[in-house]
Amino acid sequence: MTLATDAAAGRPSVPRRSIRTPYPTWFFLPAAVIYGVLFLFPTLASLFFSMTRWTLFNWTFIGFGNFIQFFNEPFLVGGLINTLIYATLTSGLKVVLGLLFGVLLTSEIWARDYLRSVVFFPVLVSTVGVGITFTVLMHPTEGLINESLALIGVRGPGWLTDPRLALISVALVDVWKGVGLATVIYIAGIVSIPRDYYEAARIDGTNSMQRFWNITLPLARPATVTVVLLSLIGGLRSFDLIWSMTRGGPGFTSDVIASVIYKQYQAGFYGLSTAGNVVLFILVALIIVPLSIFLNSREVSR
Amino acid sequence: MPRSKNWSVLAGFAAGLTVMTALSGSAFADTTTLTFLVPSGEENVARAQSLAKAFEAANPDIKVDIDTRPGGAEGDNLIKTRLATGEMSDVFQYNSGSLFQAINPQQNLVDLSGEPWQADVQDIFKKVVTAPDGTQRGAPIGTGMGGGIYYNKKIYSDLGLQVPKTWAEFMANNAKIKAAGKTPVIQTFKDTWTSQLFVLGDFFNVNVAEPGFATKFTANQAKFATSPAALKGFEHQADVFKAGYLNDDFGAATYDDGLRKLATGEGAHYPMLTFAIGAIKTTYPEHIDDVGFFAMPGDDAAKNGLTVWMPDGLYISGSSEHIDAAKKFAAFVASPAGCEAQTAALGATGPYMVKGCSLPKDVPGAVADLLPYFGENGAASPALEFVSPVKGPSLEQITVEVGSGIRSPADGAALYDEDVKKQAQQLGLPGW
Amino acid sequence: MSPQRQYISGVLAILVSTVVFVIPFIFILLTALKDKKEASLRTFSWPTSFHIWDNLVQVIKARDYMLLTAFVNSTILTVASVALMVVFGAMVGFVLQRRPSIWTSIAGFFVLVGLIMPPAVVPTIWVLQSLGLFKTLHGMILIEVAYGLSFSILLFRAFVATIPRELDEAATIDGAGSLQLFFRIILPLLKPVVVTVIVVQSVAIFNDFTNPLYYLPGKQNVTVQLTLYNFQSMFDTSYNLLFTNVLLITIPPLIVFLFFNRQIVAGMTAGAVKG
Repeated sequence: MTLATDAAAGRPSVPRRSIRTPYPTWFFLPAAVIYGVLFLFPTLASLFFSMTRWTLFNWTFIGFGNFIQFFNEPFLVGGLINTLIYATLTSGLKVVLGLLFGVLLTSEIWARDYLRSVVFFPVLVSTVGVGITFTVLMHPTEGLINESLALIGVRGPGWLTDPRLALISVALVDVWKGVGLATVIYIAGIVSIPRDYYEAARIDGTNSMQRFWNITLPLARPATVTVVLLSLIGGLRSFDLIWSMTRGGPGFTSDVIASVIYKQYQAGFYGLSTAGNVVLFILVALIIVPLSIFLNSREVSR
Repeated sequence: MPRSKNWSVLAGFAAGLTVMTALSGSAFADTTTLTFLVPSGEENVARAQSLAKAFEAANPDIKVDIDTRPGGAEGDNLIKTRLATGEMSDVFQYNSGSLFQAINPQQNLVDLSGEPWQADVQDIFKKVVTAPDGTQRGAPIGTGMGGGIYYNKKIYSDLGLQVPKTWAEFMANNAKIKAAGKTPVIQTFKDTWTSQLFVLGDFFNVNVAEPGFATKFTANQAKFATSPAALKGFEHQADVFKAGYLNDDFGAATYDDGLRKLATGEGAHYPMLTFAIGAIKTTYPEHIDDVGFFAMPGDDAAKNGLTVWMPDGLYISGSSEHIDAAKKFAAFVASPAGCEAQTAALGATGPYMVKGCSLPKDVPGAVADLLPYFGENGAASPALEFVSPVKGPSLEQITVEVGSGIRSPADGAALYDEDVKKQAQQLGLPGW
Repeated sequence: MSPQRQYISGVLAILVSTVVFVIPFIFILLTALKDKKEASLRTFSWPTSFHIWDNLVQVIKARDYMLLTAFVNSTILTVASVALMVVFGAMVGFVLQRRPSIWTSIAGFFVLVGLIMPPAVVPTIWVLQSLGLFKTLHGMILIEVAYGLSFSILLFRAFVATIPRELDEAATIDGAGSLQLFFRIILPLLKPVVVTVIVVQSVAIFNDFTNPLYYLPGKQNVTVQLTLYNFQSMFDTSYNLLFTNVLLITIPPLIVFLFFNRQIVAGMTAGAVKG
């Protein structure tokens, strides 16, 4: 949530002479032990297995064979494109809708508390539950969505069965579920903008559109950065919802990298799937780290 | 500071809960408790419960605790993970054939070749639970199955249709069914595994046209894309789609939708394994007699026969601490009493693999259609996965694409050939 | 905005948000009220007769009251791991923000790794086994803490920046040790962000499905999301029971939400964005 604020956190420290610092390093210890033993060590161990053909029962070292194999996966290219589409679409919509809702829900709108609750609640529901519900709602002939469309004379598409639509449908459900968090972040960002700015602008005779473009948008920038980074990481790694709704289907048409990796894992190609994890990690890092540096540096120099 | 009180309350609460978890882990001291892992799903659980109940009645000092796991590829993965980490339940139910070979039976499972009940197990089943060292590691649980096409008998009699022996006859029937306003072929691609029958169920016909295909396939000498007989399955899958014979919601329908459509006569044909009879019987008992079954039609009416699936195996984990009790349970499952317990739960769904097991007289129509293929003069051949360890993991996605017109049959077959390569390499087979 | 426009836009917003966000939940509720036949039609209609009680009993009784065991397990798991995560995460965030050094950068890198890198299942099981923690709730609790720490540390570190250093100095001069300083001064001041962490992480852990599937096998160890998974294959012809189950396991997050509704926004305002 606060990748945006990392830059602000690095406040210069005053060198200290006292022997007993109030900030002892051992405060790291409990967290470091749990994290190191249960996450870092197994993950590093898995790096070794990414260079092996591994059945869980035994392994043979094959160097970079898995990485070559992974890049030759027939579905990888499609999965890569889908991942980028999915991540861009979900984070784009979350920014736009989150900002819109954020502005709406900080204005003097009627029933504001009700609206805030309603928008945020889907964030709390389990992904599996959401997946089951929307799969039923999006059924091409018996689902509520298409039956409602039929009432006004529109023949609804096969949301999850049309190869051109499946990925986009899942992305829309992802936005439905996640826009509440983006909204809350924006609400927080907008609320923290000093009221005086708006008063001053109002006195200068600006209209509400101008105030939005000249005050809200630039000053809500930290919130935008947070929403963009969070939803991009989420989108690039996204797996649960796609898996529970389409399993990458129909066929391979809504496969993303994470689901390609998971299928290799399921099929018992453990070395290959571990190599896939490494590739995914590098991909996410390559996109997120420069973006994070770029967004944060612009913020500081503003 | 007033706050700190709240925190200590919270901490105390957390500590209390931790103590609770410690207490809930205690086990029974006197009786042996066997853990028994089965795939989830109504039929599997019902069968396991019935077996456990009958077994506990005969062996009061042993308790059987049933645990479920996901089916399909997720289940494969879970089984491998738990075997590799030595955390498998004492006994578990899992596929025989190529999937059995992929779990390193020699290393992970208890050798059951010396058990007295092996004498009563049919040889055809013994083959599919034999480890590379020639030992048997499993007992049969469930019944033999056929992979072919269910048909709705009412539609057939209303339209005066004959059971087809060739693909041409099958398609001619479909045309008449469509003209009568019914769905000729039901497909249910929401459950992707249901899409593979046209390809997998065609293996009897492949074997007739190209004897020895399985051996060559295992040795990387025969391919689906380059063998005209093996390619037929993919072509059939595309044929029914192109002719517009599928139900409107084929992409979103589930296995259960498929059974409903078949049983209620919304659709005429549903390619499926015969274990579905159990589900039809429990869910649509009033329609069980409307459902019949025939083998996958091929090119030559005189040489038509059934592709059969062996039942799952019951295995004992090498890491089990109750091997004696587990062996007793396996002996029970592979005995006539075990067959009876299974029939009591599910009715007759097909032939058992244990000599001395009999089926009740009034079997459902589809089972009656199935049994002759297994008989003395029956024409049946085990599916490819029981005669070759090579099975690609992505077949179900490929058949969905071919069956939805996203990919051509030739492309699909070629993609599948590519898909099996990884599996063969993983198994360390020569020639790949 | 004129009062009239305000009124119209308000009504419009309520209408749209109800259609988009509330109807799916009403659909869950309606389906849970129906009997099997009616539910299988999957229509959005008022039930012709009410079966919520039968459905509830059936779902709760299924597989020897598995759902009740699951609720107990999931509650213990969620409460314990969130409690540990808050304390340990806040300790790290505090020192990380106050003492920038080469170690801080390294720790920052590992925090990012934890956010991006998917965990490796089998080696993790080996570690758990060698510690005797596999198949135990204790082990599962520590796993959830390990996986959730990164996110929590990021939140805490940003928030600590808003607490003036002068407070630490004053407390130190008064003779407070580092433990006292942290638990009596800093942690109470972190309350808004603690609430955020509690809400976000407890929802994530309560709704976690994959990790318990691997690290917590066994019938007595089942968690609520796994019941949904079990029921999905068991009840796949019975949408009424499936949706009753969805409804039941949505109630705890709903309660958390009702309790913390206001604090969520407050916590975000104070911690996550202002920095």
